[in-house]
Order: sequence, then structure tokens, then C-alpha cells
Amino acid sequence: MGVLTHLEAIRQGIWEEMERDPSVFLIGEDIGVYGGAFKVTQGMLEKFGADRVIDTPISESAIVGAAVGAALMGMRPVVEMQFMDFIACGFDQIVNMAAKIHYRWGPAVPIVIRGPSGAGVHGGPYHSQSNEMWFVHTPGLKVVVPATAYDAKGLIKASIRDNNPVIFYEHKFLYRRIKDEIPADDYIVPLGKARVAREGADISVITYGAMVWTALEAADELEKDNISLEVIDLRSLLPYDEEAVLASVRKCNKVILLHEDTRIGGFAGELAAVIAEKAFDDLDGPIVRVTSPDTPVPFSPPLEEYFLPNAKKVAEAARKLAEY
Amino acid sequence: MATNVIMPQMGESIAEGTVTKWLKKVGDRVERDEPLFEISTDKVDAEIPSPSAGVLTKIFVGENQTVAVNAIVAEIDGEGSGTAAGGPEPVRPSVTTPPSASPAPTLSADSTPAIAPPSPVPAPDGDTRPTSPAAALAPAAPQAPSETQAAHEHGAAEIGGNGHKIRSSPLVRRIAKENRVDLRAVKGSGLGGRISKKDILAYIGAGPSRPPAPMAPQSAAQAASATTQAWPQQMPASQPAPLKAPAPAAWTGPTQVVPMTPMRKQIAEHMILSRRTSAHVTTVFEVEMTRVYETRAQNAAEFERRNGQKLTFTPFFVRAAVEAIKQYPIFNASVDGDSVIYKRDVNIGIAVALETGLIVPVVKRADEKNFLGVARAVTDLAERARTKRLNFDEVQGGTFTITNPGVFGSLFGTPIINQPQVAILGVGVIEKRAVVRNDAIAIRPMAYLALSFDHRVIDGAMADQFMVKVKTGLENWSEAVL
Repeated sequence: MGVLTHLEAIRQGIWEEMERDPSVFLIGEDIGVYGGAFKVTQGMLEKFGADRVIDTPISESAIVGAAVGAALMGMRPVVEMQFMDFIACGFDQIVNMAAKIHYRWGPAVPIVIRGPSGAGVHGGPYHSQSNEMWFVHTPGLKVVVPATAYDAKGLIKASIRDNNPVIFYEHKFLYRRIKDEIPADDYIVPLGKARVAREGADISVITYGAMVWTALEAADELEKDNISLEVIDLRSLLPYDEEAVLASVRKCNKVILLHEDTRIGGFAGELAAVIAEKAFDDLDGPIVRVTSPDTPVPFSPPLEEYFLPNAKKVAEAARKLAEY
Repeated sequence: MATNVIMPQMGESIAEGTVTKWLKKVGDRVERDEPLFEISTDKVDAEIPSPSAGVLTKIFVGENQTVAVNAIVAEIDGEGSGTAAGGPEPVRPSVTTPPSASPAPTLSADSTPAIAPPSPVPAPDGDTRPTSPAAALAPAAPQAPSETQAAHEHGAAEIGGNGHKIRSSPLVRRIAKENRVDLRAVKGSGLGGRISKKDILAYIGAGPSRPPAPMAPQSAAQAASATTQAWPQQMPASQPAPLKAPAPAAWTGPTQVVPMTPMRKQIAEHMILSRRTSAHVTTVFEVEMTRVYETRAQNAAEFERRNGQKLTFTPFFVRAAVEAIKQYPIFNASVDGDSVIYKRDVNIGIAVALETGLIVPVVKRADEKNFLGVARAVTDLAERARTKRLNFDEVQGGTFTITNPGVFGSLFGTPIINQPQVAILGVGVIEKRAVVRNDAIAIRPMAYLALSFDHRVIDGAMADQFMVKVKTGLENWSEAVL
């Protein structure tokens, strides 16, 4: 099917699932006539009709609530958040309804809530957050964060087919920058399985989303210093691939945990705890985190640049850790 | 006043000691000079007396922990002490060796030495006990280093040969445990000398060719890396690397894991060191003991009456060896690089088997002693070795060693040289055997004497001449023993 951008790959994945399963439908703000703020749903209204591509008023709570109800009636809604920052408005419907219904009284809630997240495009504090941890800390949900275009398509299709509520984070910085050759076959990427993005020997960098590319860039740079980075792309945060994490730690014996999300309560903290609990005897140095600082994403472009982890910061941390 | 009890310096080259046993518990009363704990060092095991009278209030170093010399191991609170009563944590000045070169400085009550705590502990109200300001505020003795303080505060932390805590990582400690590596021998290349995975793997990769642990930690890692780099060029690919120790076969049956005692570890290290250092050759002579046997039998009762101790065979062998050494001084030498060091004094070490190991007390200047002098020294040293009452200098400075596997019935052994000496004489069991004398079979008390010597500096002919001298001396014994 040729080379597709990250965004086109997601769009194609949704499209194929719409064709494959008539119970799949889309609901969100400006997704129909306008084709979505980032054009992920462009052309879908024309193709699948207004019954399956529903434009809504600006009320995330109503959108998620409607989706949960539809899911209970046997549909498989795919909800678009125009920006993942606004998911907070639908928070109660997600964490108290979607996440708990199956536990309370049995029925599945097969909804996908997807949308653009992350910084790096000068979106300011309301359009740049990486708020995945709100949902990672909510049992009953699944949280997915693709890095490659190939994975983005395979994971959105797996998410739509999954019977649990899935929060699907698309990084807006990757939308049009990352491209992959996408196979013609119908394929999925299973949820909860990590991927070794790059094999290495000295330090394992465990990361996800846009930071996978940052880690790979740092790995290239560190080749000059004879430091070999292994890069693990988690792909899913809930559930996450603990086995892959521990295997990489046991191989490299030093580990950097990298994410764009802020530091306190970030996923790195959880990983650090698990590594310390289960692979303590395999550690040859401290567990190191590279994250954003604990502030909102700055509006000023120079400050945003300062705020975000980048390859330079990762390489610097890796050099220090290699010396340890 | 609380008194600190420190790990004593048992000889100049000793950097650390292991507390092997506490003879008192926390809360026990102890008198000054009463035995308080037992230690084991490289050279000697000793009972350490209490430096003062009082109550043992704190033990900082538990049994089988090794700490640097001068580290604080315990605290004793003296009678009627007001120090501990007032404040939460009394300052611990090192009081063991108060400065004696100059008179103690007299301090006025309001002058505060720099090392005093930021907020001095006030005397409890109503304490009328007269206190000398000078005593209360005496500055810490100059040798109370912060390093020592740190060492004792870390308690069980591994202490390196230089007295510093060994810095490594959980992974390194696991690998060390699995490969039975003493981390003190591994040179760290990480930040602050930290031992990293790379360091310990290089060390293990070098296999048994590496210098033994306590000897040259500096060169271990270098030797290791040199070895690993050199192999590909030197060895054909099909050859197994001969320096690599075979991995111990995993034993799956039930086991009991018992850590070595400090003495055991030291013996192990010294034996392996010797095997690696010297080119061991052993020559065995058969000696007729008739003259010695008769001399002893004739004089045993009188000897014991006069000297209050039994007449044993050991002094005969010591005397015979000393006479041979006088003729062949190379047997009283040691090797230093490309030089041979000949020693003037002949100090004969006597290996004494203990329940828990082995110790070699030394008969000093045996060449200046007559038979009786040697006999007294041997008996005294052996007795005190068995009761662990040897002084540090009595296990130092040997120049030649005699060991006696014969006491347990061995015909002869092939002893390992006691470094840095160059020879060791092993005495086998003395028993009557059928031998040929004047073409007839005769019954004679016989013994095999085995001499292990360092072929680096002693050739076989020389060793055999030495042994002929020993043999002749014993077979033609003429010295008075009384």
C-alpha cells in the first residue's frame, strides 16, 4: 500500500475497520464535514455517511457518555478528542463509567478514545500535554502510544477490535514527520507488546511515543563515543510489556527511562520501581530518568525547547551513566 | 565518659581486622583489661582487652565483620558517667591514645574546640560531679580520622584494603558472589573508583593467572585486560583458553553453604599465592632416627624433671635444620625481584595445627640457641598457639619453616613454601621399619624428611646437599639435650 505518514496510517486503519465491521462508528468535534482538526477523518463522512461519522457539540462529557452508551448497546465507537488536553472534560465518563462498567456489572465497553497529544509544535499549555498517566493509573482502561506509522495503523486496528476501553495517544509531532512502508495485508499490532527499536549492549533506553525517535537519534550520536544504546519502544503503557523491559535491563545492566511527560508520577517512576524490585541484581548503575520538568508545557518556543527532552539530553545522561 | 573501643593495629602492615567473637554483650559490665572481644587479622588472632572499666553500651561491629584499623568497634560507658545521660548522641572522641608528646592543652570552660559539636551537650541539671573542663573538652586525638568514623557508621559495609568502602553495583556484587571473587582485588574504573560490570568481567576473564587478591589489586585489572587483548594473537582459535578456570559444575543436591573464617581465607590466599610464586620441587630423604630416638629415651625423664616440659622430637629437627642452614645460607633467603635476600638471623617457623586452621609461630634467632633454648621456645610457642595467646611479633619474621605431618601418621608430605621463604622441611612419622644394614635386615626407627624448595633460586643438587647435612646431623646426633 506504499509509504504512509503516521497520520495517514491511523486514518487507513480506522477506514479499514469501518469497512470491516459495521458496528464501528466515529464521533467527535468537527470530524465529519471538516474532516477533523488534523484531517485524520477526512473523507469518512462522504464514504460512510452521517450515521457513522457524527459531528457533535463541544462537550467531551457528552461525546464519551454517548459512546459508552452505544458500546453497551453493541456498537464499537471511535471517539476523537480534538486535542487530548480536552479529554479532561470527559474524565468522569471515562474513569468512572467506561473503566468500571465491566467490573461492576459485566458488559464490555469497546470504545476507543483517540486524539493528538504531546508538544514540540508550539501549541502552548492547552494543546501540548502528555497526560497519559491520568489513565495509566485507572484500572479498567488500556493506554496505547504508537511511535511508528506501521505500529500506529496496527495498534489503532487492534484497539478498535479490543473489547476494553482504549485511550489511544497520537503524537501530533509525528503525524506528518514519520513515514513507513505499510503492507497491503490486514495486520494488527497486539496491545501490551513492546518492540526493540534498536538493539544495543551498554544502556537500555526505555521509552514510548515521540521519544522513541529522540532515543534513536541519541543512539546514533553515541556511536561516536562507543556507547551502544538499546531502545525499547513500549507501544502500550497499560498493559505494558514488563518482560521486554526486564529482558533489556538484564542485557544492558544500565537503564535510562525516557518520556516527554513530566517527571513526578510519570511512567518512568513506575518502571524504575519494577526494575528495582525485579532486576536489582542486574543493575550496574542507578536507574536514570530523562523527562520534562514538572511544569506545564511553556508557550514560549525557546522555553518549550528547554522543557522537552531531546537527543542531546539523552546522550548526556547516557555518557554519565556509562562512566558510572 | 564514654570510651571508644577501636580495632587495634596488630602490626605495621595490618590495615584491617575481623571481629571474630564478642566476649561481652551490650549491657554487660566489663573491667579494665578484661578480655572484651576476639579478632583475627592477616597475621594473628588475638583477644583484645577492654580499654576501660564500665558498661558495654554499644557494639558497632558485629561478629565476622571486617573493619579498618582504628575503626570504632564498640563503646564503653564509664562509671557514673554524665555524658551519655544528657544528650542524645555523645560525641565520640578517640580516647585511646591521648596526645602525650605535649601536655594536654588547658581550655577555659567557654572556649570551644573546632571539633566540638555545634550545640554542646549541657550537663544535666543538678549534676554536681566535678568535671575537669580539659577532660570534657579534650580535643580528639590526632589519629581520629573522619574515615574511621565513616567506616564505623557504615557498619557492615565492605571495606577495601585501603580502608575505603568498596563501590560497586548490585550486578557486580552478584557476579562476584557467583564467581567467588573478592571485590577488594578488583580495580574499579568507574566514577570514584567504582567497580563496574566491565571491570569485574575483565577480572574474571583473566582467570587464575591474575595475581592473588590481597597482593596487587592495582595490577589485577591491567593484567586482566592485557590478557584478554593478547589471546587472539597468541592462541590458535581452536585452542581452549588455558587461563580460564573451568566453571564449577553446578551441584544440584542438598548443600550447606558455610562462609570461610578469616583465618581460612588467609590460609587459602597464602597457599595459592605461594603456588603461583615459587617453582616448587620436593625432595624426600629417609633418615634413620636411632641416635635421636635413643638420646630422647635416655634423657626424657631427666629433661622433664629439670625443665617441667616433655622432650619432644621437634627441637632435634630444628637444630639439624639450623646447622644445615648455617652451611647453606640460601635456605634462609628470600627472593625480591631479581635479587636474593640473605638474612642474618635464622628464624624457624613451626607449623602448628589448630582446630580451625593453622598458625606458624617463629623461633627467633634459632641459630643463637642451644638445644634447650630451642626446645623451650618450641613448647612455649606451640602451647600459646593452641590457646591463641601468641603475640603479633611471634608469628612474624620467619626465614625457614618446619612442618610435621608425621604427628598424624603421614609418611611424608610435599609441603607448600611459606612465602616469602624459599624452603620448607616436612617431617614424616617416625616408626620402626625393616631396613638393610650390612646386608642384613634390621629394625630401625626411620622417618622420611621432605624438603620443598623454590627452584627459582635453589637447584636440586643444593637441596640434596642440604638434606644430606640434615640427615647426617640427625643420624649422628651428638649434642647434649639437657
